[in-house]
Amino acid sequence: MKRLTKAGLLASSTLIATGAMAQTELSMWYHGAGNEVESNILGGIIEDFNAAQSDWTVSVESFPQGSYNDSVVAGALSGNLPCILDVDGPVMPNWAWSGYMQPLPISEEAIAGHLDSTVGRWDGEIYSVGLWDAAVALYTRQATLDALGLRTPTLDNPWTGEEFMAALEAAKASGEFEYAFDPGMAWTGEWYPYAFSPFLQSFGGDIVDRSTYQTAEGALNGEAAMEFGEWWQSLFTEGYAPGTSQDPADRDNGFIEGKYAFSWNGNWAAVATLEGGVDDVVFLPAPDFGNGPTIGAGSWQFGASGTCEHPDGVAEFVEFALQDKYLAAFSDGIGLIPATEEAAAMTENYAPGGALEPFFGLSEGQALVRPVSPGYVVAAKVFEKAMADIANGADVADTLDAAVDEIDADIEANSGYGH
Amino acid sequence: MAVITPDNRGLRLVVRYAVLTLIAIIFIFPLLFMGMSSLKPDQQLLADTSSLRAFLPVGDLSLENYREAFERAPVGLFVFNSVLVTGTTVLLSLAICSLAAFSFTYLEWRGRGLILSIILATLIIPFETIAIPLLLLVSKLPWIGFEGLEWGWLNSYRVQIIPWIADGLTIFLFVQYFKDLPRELIEAARVEGASWFQIYYKVVMPLAGPVLATAAILKFLVMYNQYLWPLIVVQQESYRPVMVGLQYFFQLNIAWGEVMAYLTLITVPVLAFYLVLQRAFIASIASTGVKG
Repeated sequence: MKRLTKAGLLASSTLIATGAMAQTELSMWYHGAGNEVESNILGGIIEDFNAAQSDWTVSVESFPQGSYNDSVVAGALSGNLPCILDVDGPVMPNWAWSGYMQPLPISEEAIAGHLDSTVGRWDGEIYSVGLWDAAVALYTRQATLDALGLRTPTLDNPWTGEEFMAALEAAKASGEFEYAFDPGMAWTGEWYPYAFSPFLQSFGGDIVDRSTYQTAEGALNGEAAMEFGEWWQSLFTEGYAPGTSQDPADRDNGFIEGKYAFSWNGNWAAVATLEGGVDDVVFLPAPDFGNGPTIGAGSWQFGASGTCEHPDGVAEFVEFALQDKYLAAFSDGIGLIPATEEAAAMTENYAPGGALEPFFGLSEGQALVRPVSPGYVVAAKVFEKAMADIANGADVADTLDAAVDEIDADIEANSGYGH
Repeated sequence: MAVITPDNRGLRLVVRYAVLTLIAIIFIFPLLFMGMSSLKPDQQLLADTSSLRAFLPVGDLSLENYREAFERAPVGLFVFNSVLVTGTTVLLSLAICSLAAFSFTYLEWRGRGLILSIILATLIIPFETIAIPLLLLVSKLPWIGFEGLEWGWLNSYRVQIIPWIADGLTIFLFVQYFKDLPRELIEAARVEGASWFQIYYKVVMPLAGPVLATAAILKFLVMYNQYLWPLIVVQQESYRPVMVGLQYFFQLNIAWGEVMAYLTLITVPVLAFYLVLQRAFIASIASTGVKG
């Protein structure tokens, strides 16, 4: 009997060991190094996933966000990519087109009810899914609206372009502020296309022609784009907004300190604004310059690398991570907008009546993803330079024409980027 | 003809010291700003940037930023990695490059002029242009370690060290310095029957203190400030150096106080290294005319 028991123990321990050995490791790269809260939440999800099933075990390597994309490109070149990749929404088509990523075999049911902007689609397939999105709003104080006699715009009834400019004029004329409007010129990089191209789209233009993705001609230098460019330049020439030499410290704290009447800023800055003592802050929707009010969309998402042999394992992990409790945890932890309404209701800030609830509505109602094209990464940099040049006084038509030429040349050099 | 009198000699001295003081202030103020800012909370730090308070230890001072910097990133690990990679590379570089320079200067062999010219020509090639080919190369190189033969050098210390050991500038510095040493010393040693290696080791190197210091400091700075190379060849945190680690502090809302604390911490090894070698460094600049 004793011998039988020993044999049984041996057999069961072997089975357990075999089971453990059968777990396939899925390596993962993540952009959140240095963000302790974010890393802890992700670590918790991975721990739960590894414990909840016996097929896969996820191990994560974190990178600082500022150098993450370069690390992935270098990893792809040297054949050293992990299985699970974290990717910024607008960059995904480029990585998919370059072969750094492969389609994610996740079911449509798993992403039902998610904000459209949290699902990365390219060439008719899902490549990545995000747990959150970000949104931009026009920050101001209720006291400012009252003092200047301005109506409070809503999602259904946003300010028109004329109303917006009248608000800036009123703020400027009041003499209470250094500048009426802070678009955030000190934040270079992706902020420019993310935050400023929605204004262009609201005028009726775009960074590229989305009907073909083969040219920027007409979209970035047509009549609507010219009108946008003239308006954009007037913000700086007529003294409504600080230019490219804006002190980064003012960008971070200028609105809180009362230097600006209105500030174009993301939901990630909202908690700091409230904690900075702006109790009556209101988050207004983007103004409508004629072609509908628009804000940027698309944040970090998860997908499978092009060399991953287990995309099914990646999909299983992503589906696991999409549980509302995790979406809510990320939102509470780092202030971003949860991908589903159910998760939003579980959060402190985005639940009905929560301080940041308007942002969920903005994401739902005004969000437009940046051009879904592999060429976006180049077009975005060209657009950024054009916006800075125009703000600094360059001729609008010449600048936009030059930007179009540069974007078109890149598209042609890459044989149309597979569109 | 101007006459130097005690009066205008004094005036010159005053002007000279005034200029030197001004230059010193220009160089010291960024360090002062960094050090002082690392002790202040963000709100105060940003508010102080518009006045001289930014350079003074005033206001709400604490070591909180340092504590938070250590919480945000494994600062000690990054500094250790950088010091290890930099120190090893500097030592190996001094040995290898001085040997190469010795060969170019004193040994007679066919083609040495051409090869030296080719090595010096590499100085005009920006690293960025060879980074990708070099990455592809090192990702496939073999290595024999404790676990036997393995392929690929990525995610290791060796990939951060070996490609940087030999370089044109360091060889050039040694060649220039060796050329100025009296030939008689070498000839006398040869007459006494010394081998070439003995001459290198016992005659030339003991006289090469200033150029060793110069080459060491220049190499130290290059290696300690490495960013692009470790960024593309190291994907594991355990091998990351300080400059890549700096990116940990640039989140959506940048904590500038922590950035300054981190910068202060990673500047310490550089300052210490320079202070140890500064006499020899200055002597070398004075003797070779090399501008730092």
